Amino acid sequence: MQPAPETGKASLLYDPKIRGYVYQALLIGIVIYFGYQMVSNVSENLARQRIPFGLDFWDSQAGFDINQALFPYTAQSSYGQAFWVGLLNTLLVAAIGIVLATILGFLVGIARLSKNWIVAKAAMVYVEIIRNLPLLLQLLFWYKAVLEPLPRPRDSISLVGGALLNNRGLYVPEPVFGPGAGLIGAAFLLAVFGSIAFYMWAKQQQAATGRIYPIGLVSLGALVGLPLLAFLATGGPISFNYPALGGLNVRGGITVYPEFIALLLGLTTYTAGFIAEVVRAGILAVSKGQWEAADSLGLPYGRTLNKVVIPQALRVIIPPLTSNYLNLTKNSSLAVVIGYPDLAQVFLGTVLNQTGRAIEIVGVTMGVYLTISLLTSAFMNYYNKRMALVER
Amino acid sequence: MNVIASAPAYVQATALPQLPAPSSTKGPVHWVRHNLFSSPLNTILTLLAFYVIATTIPALIKFYIVDAVWTGANRDACLSEKVGRPVGACWAFVADRYQYFIYGSYTQAERWRVNLVFVGVAISMVWLLWDKAPFKTLGMMFVFGVLPISAWMLLYGGARSEFWFLVVSAGLIAWSIWGDYGALKMGEANAFTRPESLVRYGMLGAMLLFGLYVQFGAGELPIVETGLWGGVLVTMLIASAGIVFSLPFGIALALGRRSKLPIIKMFSVIFIEFVRGVPLITVLFMANVMLPLFVPQEWSPDRLLRPLIGVALFASAYMAEVVRGGLQAIPKGQYEGAMSLGLGYGKMMRFIVLPQALRIVIPGIVNTFIGLFKDTTLVTIIGLFDFMKTIEASFADPSWATPTTRATGYAFAAIFYFLCCWGMSRYSISVEQKLAAGQKR
Repeated sequence: MQPAPETGKASLLYDPKIRGYVYQALLIGIVIYFGYQMVSNVSENLARQRIPFGLDFWDSQAGFDINQALFPYTAQSSYGQAFWVGLLNTLLVAAIGIVLATILGFLVGIARLSKNWIVAKAAMVYVEIIRNLPLLLQLLFWYKAVLEPLPRPRDSISLVGGALLNNRGLYVPEPVFGPGAGLIGAAFLLAVFGSIAFYMWAKQQQAATGRIYPIGLVSLGALVGLPLLAFLATGGPISFNYPALGGLNVRGGITVYPEFIALLLGLTTYTAGFIAEVVRAGILAVSKGQWEAADSLGLPYGRTLNKVVIPQALRVIIPPLTSNYLNLTKNSSLAVVIGYPDLAQVFLGTVLNQTGRAIEIVGVTMGVYLTISLLTSAFMNYYNKRMALVER
Repeated sequence: MNVIASAPAYVQATALPQLPAPSSTKGPVHWVRHNLFSSPLNTILTLLAFYVIATTIPALIKFYIVDAVWTGANRDACLSEKVGRPVGACWAFVADRYQYFIYGSYTQAERWRVNLVFVGVAISMVWLLWDKAPFKTLGMMFVFGVLPISAWMLLYGGARSEFWFLVVSAGLIAWSIWGDYGALKMGEANAFTRPESLVRYGMLGAMLLFGLYVQFGAGELPIVETGLWGGVLVTMLIASAGIVFSLPFGIALALGRRSKLPIIKMFSVIFIEFVRGVPLITVLFMANVMLPLFVPQEWSPDRLLRPLIGVALFASAYMAEVVRGGLQAIPKGQYEGAMSLGLGYGKMMRFIVLPQALRIVIPGIVNTFIGLFKDTTLVTIIGLFDFMKTIEASFADPSWATPTTRATGYAFAAIFYFLCCWGMSRYSISVEQKLAAGQKR
């Protein structure tokens, strides 16, 4: 038998390092080729359709109205302002939706683990129905089947506190601030900081001495009592502008549009169904021994949940909770279907239709959502790191 | 016995019969007390739950079943003024329009082609999802090769797609013969007559014969423009295209993300994170308005094809993360074992890692698919007529305009989506339990 010829090293073809370089160079080549093709096609197509490229439309007059705007906006405003209106509306619905969905989701998730049979089953049915139906269908249901059949303004439903509900929206009393109202705000702020300080002090005391202070009662008292005292001391400077029927429509008060209500209801209930499952899984992940240990220490149920189970469950819950928050924010773009003026509806819908600048507008919209996503996950990663188990 | 017989009279000689457990520790009373009224809070919650159930369920039953109208030719059947009784759900509307909900405006006489595709999809679902189904590899070939091309030829029609269908079937047969010949050379004596080969040749032969029949016997299948497609057909098409494309592409992306080559890894990460960071609507808009600008004018994709591409790319990123989870769960020893056997990267992944990783993530894949299935409703926004949109569009039909039509249509859509999604989630749970069986000893 003849020995294989000694070449000193294997053929270059079989060197994994060289191969790696070749593959990567190939990939870069392909990407550059397609990128070049795309750019040249785009410029050719744009030239043929006589569409200019760039964000120069940003300052042109938009010429369309938006019913819900968080800052003054008229048809004379620019496309750029329309973009900000849409973005703020998206952030508004997402922020409120996240808070509500978290509350509802935790309630439902804990209810699913309840020892009360009927409560557990009801929570299960809620989760199964919500999670197995498309969000779009649920939004249409809230908008077209629940809010649209509400009575006309003339027959508005009166709610507690002087609010009115009809098929044009929800009208809530608008507070009017008289002189001295600033003091009430200051008192409230003081109460907030005072409560936080008390909470931290009480926690420290509990850790050091084991004494438990009524944190909830004290902060509730401060939060309600201080502003109330200020209100009385300054002679009641806040009055309310109540909505009332005037002519064919309701006048006065703050209007919450049905599109907003429908989107908020849909996003909240939908996301809560997913959060409930996350919460349930998180609580189940806490080992039974922890419950039993807390029981044998004589902790009552509420404190067991508060001090033993939930802090441990949160470690499991936070990462999937983050992705549910992101999903809610991204799903708010379904506003297009029911006409809530969010970023997708205003910018991707109306502005795109009027200007025809597909690449710029889709690009900007994607960039905005991407930024929101990355910022949220960065923040939640930071929070998660703080909550994570400290190991040696 | 003797001892008992001689005992004094005040000693019990016979065993007393067992008493039933007191009702406070067993039986329905105990159950109710323990599970429903164990504390004041629980009592309040129970009563509240009962109140909610008592107010909603009977009302729903009354509306959707008792007062419902089941038959009728037009809106008159569902108007309470005309019928003379309170009218609930108008199921007659669904019964009248169900063909539209299934096929959209697909040419009436050609709907058998759609049905054939539905049968194909049903076969492929059973083949791949039922764990006792034989010849899984063939099933893969059917789902990822035979079905898409046959479905396209059948649904669209026309001489060109028929020609390509024939070319593909002939090619598949040639490939299959080549493979079996290779196996024969390797010492597998019955390479051509083993059951798997027979089934494969049967399948491919039927395909070829069907293509030849259509081409030369029946004549050209008339083209049905994609603008006419709608209903369940479009919903199913988008969902299946999404899964058929996203699975291989997602696996590639997941492998890329775990690759040691920095540039490949970077591209995979950028793609995955970018797609997962934006809403599907923006991806659909991109596919709809930007894609035609990216390609030369004459290649401008069909209006149905654009969202298909968008959905497929979108689903791939999510699939990639699911697959990555499976890859990470495979112990390092498996990789090392494969390498020490001298397997290269491709063989290691194909024969050792991926079969194990994919099996673990079946539940994750099904869950992704449920999400994808629900998301198909979004194509409504860019003007396709999927199942949801055909229902929504039917509300505008004046011959069925009644106060209850909308509630009926939404209920029907809800039942359809719920059954599909819930069924899939049950399947995914059952697989999960089967996979966990080994750990549960």
